[in-house]
Amino acid sequence: MIRLTWLQFRGQALLAAAALALIAVILGAAAPHLFHLYATSGVATCQAHGDCVPLATSLVDELPGFYGILYFVGIGVLFVVPVLIGAFWGAPLVSREYETGTFRLAWTQDITRGRWLAVKLGVIGLASMATAGLFSLLLTWWSGPIDTAAGLKEGNSITFIRLGLVLFAARDITPVAYAAFAFALGVTAGVLIRRTVPAMAATLAVFAAVQIAWALVIRQHLLAPARIIVALSSADLGSLGEGPGNSMFVTAPAAATRPGDWLLSTQTIDRAGHVLNVTNVKPCLGPHVQACQAALGTMHLRDVITYQPASRFWAFQWYESAIFLALAVALAGFSAWWLSHHRVG
Amino acid sequence: MSAVIETSELGKAYRRRRSQPNWALRECTLAIPAGRIVGLVGPNGAGKTTLLNLAVGLITPTSGAITVLGRRPASRTGPLGRVGFVAQDTPLYARLSVADHLRLGAWLNPDWDGQLARDRIERLGLDPGQRAGSLSGGQRAQLALTMAVAKHPDLMILDEPVASLDPLARREFLGSLMETVAEHGVSVVLSSHLVADLERVCDYLIVLVASRVQVAGEVATLVASHYRLSGPRRDPGTRPGNQQVIEESHTDKQSTLLVRTDDPILDPSWTVRPVTLEDLVLAYMSQARERRPGRRTRLGVVS
Repeated sequence: MIRLTWLQFRGQALLAAAALALIAVILGAAAPHLFHLYATSGVATCQAHGDCVPLATSLVDELPGFYGILYFVGIGVLFVVPVLIGAFWGAPLVSREYETGTFRLAWTQDITRGRWLAVKLGVIGLASMATAGLFSLLLTWWSGPIDTAAGLKEGNSITFIRLGLVLFAARDITPVAYAAFAFALGVTAGVLIRRTVPAMAATLAVFAAVQIAWALVIRQHLLAPARIIVALSSADLGSLGEGPGNSMFVTAPAAATRPGDWLLSTQTIDRAGHVLNVTNVKPCLGPHVQACQAALGTMHLRDVITYQPASRFWAFQWYESAIFLALAVALAGFSAWWLSHHRVG
Repeated sequence: MSAVIETSELGKAYRRRRSQPNWALRECTLAIPAGRIVGLVGPNGAGKTTLLNLAVGLITPTSGAITVLGRRPASRTGPLGRVGFVAQDTPLYARLSVADHLRLGAWLNPDWDGQLARDRIERLGLDPGQRAGSLSGGQRAQLALTMAVAKHPDLMILDEPVASLDPLARREFLGSLMETVAEHGVSVVLSSHLVADLERVCDYLIVLVASRVQVAGEVATLVASHYRLSGPRRDPGTRPGNQQVIEESHTDKQSTLLVRTDDPILDPSWTVRPVTLEDLVLAYMSQARERRPGRRTRLGVVS
């Protein structure tokens, strides 16, 4: 059965291998120059001297535009690989058998359909994870210098923090778990819908919805966020922002958190611990900014910042990967159960 | 008489949204004897394919029970290793070659006879390297038959295997099926809606109309016990009790009957003619249709 799976899967496997080889060649060709620029920029050792931002900025500005394109294309590739695996390897696995009628050939042999599915899920599932893993390995390695430099330059910008909304799903081991999940999702869609193209579309839609909802809503709750309280000096009061309701917040000084920390919320409280409400500060309702700032300066304002420290990157990687692998296993088990208990011609 | 397939009150319904269950097969009770080439004949929608798909465990019964070679087909320890199945329209993997299909058979069946399969392919003149997608209908059917035969089955189930073949390919296919049966002594169940196909190969016939067995028996016995009588018009009900009228038609002056009887026809006013298998089957089919008006159209979706 493993040999049969390979016989039917080898075309797709070769295609994936070719795509990997292409990316490896391009990245490999660009790597020596990129790593040379990084090594001579001083960014690697800047933490000791505390001059990271200018060094990182000059390195980022110095990079050829082509590297920037490669960098963002690489992120795109790692987002697309799992969903392609789900749609093109997962969804047709069972639905195409139904569509072409070959399930009547495959499932009337001596081997049970449960075993048939188990082997297919196992072999192609592992191939999916290996493919995504190799893509991630290559791109994480090549993007490392740019991740570091852009992260230092941009501080807490949501686009460039490694533990955040974007890069997190396109680095290290999460793409492997996403690929396993997308594959199992595709197989399940094929088992339930029994037609290839609708199953592919469903896989695409559900996977995209899960990934977006996960990044925006769920990921930040995987571990209880860290919380710091920062006293605000009068110098900080220049930038007032509007929070929920009539609340206001004062942007905390950048030194309060470290570059790469994922900032979740900032709340400004007064001496009594009440959230700063603009309607309670009379001078701020008037036209004079100075008067407003002076009034705020007497209130002993503090910022309460919740955030996920950048140091939790690997804890988050393992948690999220474990969750998506578990979801993949659950979907695969459901498909196997459904297939042997809902026999339809 | 031992049975290779036995069903009791077997039913399969496909659910439709907001309507009654749609029965493709209902309350079907039959026994298919071993050691025969059994023709399963009936109009489109009689439930033949549903019955055969139930027999190979592709679908599970909604009601009733079925055993194949004494076992439940859809169970983990089902009989599928000993059943060679040729599905309707002989599905094959279009992108795999003939040789790949033989490999597939070997990998999925422990008792696979690779030599037998290769010999058959060679005898048929099929190119092992050719993709199944580019085979002709006749070649596809032959490859599917080869895959069924090489399992060394005790029972072969063929669902309308020749329906889409031209007359020549049909004859070749049935010929090679006969050869196989002669060589291996396997029981065969073959469905068709065309009696002519079955007449050539079957020695036992089951006529299935709307899930019901209308008549079943050895072909020779069936043909020998049915007669077509024609003579001066007489009213229905004035015939001897040992004659069962299957079909009758009357004009003002003349009556024509198709009767079943094990005794000789003694009434000299009848002209007695033997019937062909086709006459016989058609008579039973139209009898069943008259008894259940409207039934066929409802089941017409499933063939």
